[in-house]
Amino acid sequence: MEVPRNWRLQKQRLALVGEICPHCQAKIFPARDVCPQCGGEAKTAFKFSGKGEVYSFTTMYSVPSGFEQNAPYTVALVKLEEGPIITAQLTDVGEREVKIGTPVEMVTRRIRQDGDERGMLIYGYKFRPVGLGPH
Amino acid sequence: MNNVVIIGIGQVPVGEHWEKTLANLSTTAIRSALQDAGDPQPEIVYIGNFLASSISHQANLGALVCEAAGLNGVEGTTVEAGEASGAAALHMGYLAVRSGMADCVLVVGVEKITDMIGAEVETYIAQSGDYDYEGMQGITPNAMAGLFMQRYLTHYQAPRDAFAVFPVTAHHNALSNPLAMYQREVDLEAYRKAHAVQAMLKLHDMPSYADGAAALVLVNEKLVKPGQKAVGVSACEIATDTLAVHDRADMLAFEAVRISTEDALRKAGITRDCLDLFECWDAPSIYGMLSFEAAGFAERGKGWQVATPVALALDGRLPIASLGGIKARGFAPGAAGVYQVVDAVMQLRGEAGQNQITDAHTAMTQALSGAADSAITTILRTL
Repeated sequence: MEVPRNWRLQKQRLALVGEICPHCQAKIFPARDVCPQCGGEAKTAFKFSGKGEVYSFTTMYSVPSGFEQNAPYTVALVKLEEGPIITAQLTDVGEREVKIGTPVEMVTRRIRQDGDERGMLIYGYKFRPVGLGPH
Repeated sequence: MNNVVIIGIGQVPVGEHWEKTLANLSTTAIRSALQDAGDPQPEIVYIGNFLASSISHQANLGALVCEAAGLNGVEGTTVEAGEASGAAALHMGYLAVRSGMADCVLVVGVEKITDMIGAEVETYIAQSGDYDYEGMQGITPNAMAGLFMQRYLTHYQAPRDAFAVFPVTAHHNALSNPLAMYQREVDLEAYRKAHAVQAMLKLHDMPSYADGAAALVLVNEKLVKPGQKAVGVSACEIATDTLAVHDRADMLAFEAVRISTEDALRKAGITRDCLDLFECWDAPSIYGMLSFEAAGFAERGKGWQVATPVALALDGRLPIASLGGIKARGFAPGAAGVYQVVDAVMQLRGEAGQNQITDAHTAMTQALSGAADSAITTILRTL
């Protein structure tokens, strides 16, 4: 069980909260102590829009423990509108063809289960192709 | 500063050693290396290991490995740098002898993967990436390699067969290495026909994880006895990149490889033209290609035009995977960086049998952790 860790990461995972550097205005995700652009101290929260496009992707058949129920699934690097790239699963793809450049948006989904069938359900961001409507 | 030389090598063939413990593997490699070196007494033992604390639930390998090898009382600690842990242990040994802190150091890389089977293994091998933002998304090293390959193919408009040269070369060279896990040919046709491990990667694009151990004896050059087989270590340089791939300004750049290669060449006082072989990180195949480019052997995006089967063959311009590389030897992660050096030492001693590279005097080896989150480049030379 990793309750403290999952509690600590909930803002990032559920609301895509990162930072904006007060010195160079770089948008940063995930939050960190030092701005990767200018090396200054970074601490101002910034909420990302969740809109972006596929930067790279691949479909996995052999997956780690806790993810078996979702297999196979497609993981992607998503370039957010504001600049940073993040790693996430794609969801609700259906029969659509994913390509580099496909526009996607963030949704909140169950990521995995921590521990056995009585373990905590961990939710977080996944991305779906835009224009699919509400779920 | 003292010159560092390798006077002993030892290895266990990589494989699924169900009946052997982690300590059995390390002991066999250590005793074989010490015997090869003429049984010196090591002052320090550096142990490269990545997964024992998760897969075998065993930390504190300093005590375990030293005791098992009959070296009770000797200074021993684990050095960890993901899949490059073995090369990191060599780096520590190099520092100890070079600085004069010790005259004789034993370096051993050991990995015992088969203590565990199933999906949990995928979870643990993913530990060399960023757990919070990569591992938590259900991504594994294989999947990460797939993301690199998709990006490379699209960005550079390269053909899908571009990466075949790495497994094809490694398997061809392993044919005449009795210690390799796969002593069989994989030609282009077999590469194409192999099943997909995931959407982007086929079977032969990936290494096969297995158990193994390899060891080196490092000494101060002044201690080399007349007639002793010694190979010089000219440089051993570590560079790091961002832990998470998505944090890189240019993911196809493999900056850690570029930096550690340039540092190593500069410290060794040589240029790329001086290298007679390159034991590169040949699997995943896409990492072989990106390393080849980042190390400066080809322009970016054009590695597949330069890294041809002819150029990388044993009699080519820059031989790679001379005894089977990571792909065909089998991949024991924390030991792989030491196996690479063992292979290079065999070449420089002229003991590589049918795989001997003619007039081999200078070799470069390079170990990566994760998606080149760290790169460790070592340059070896004949004395």
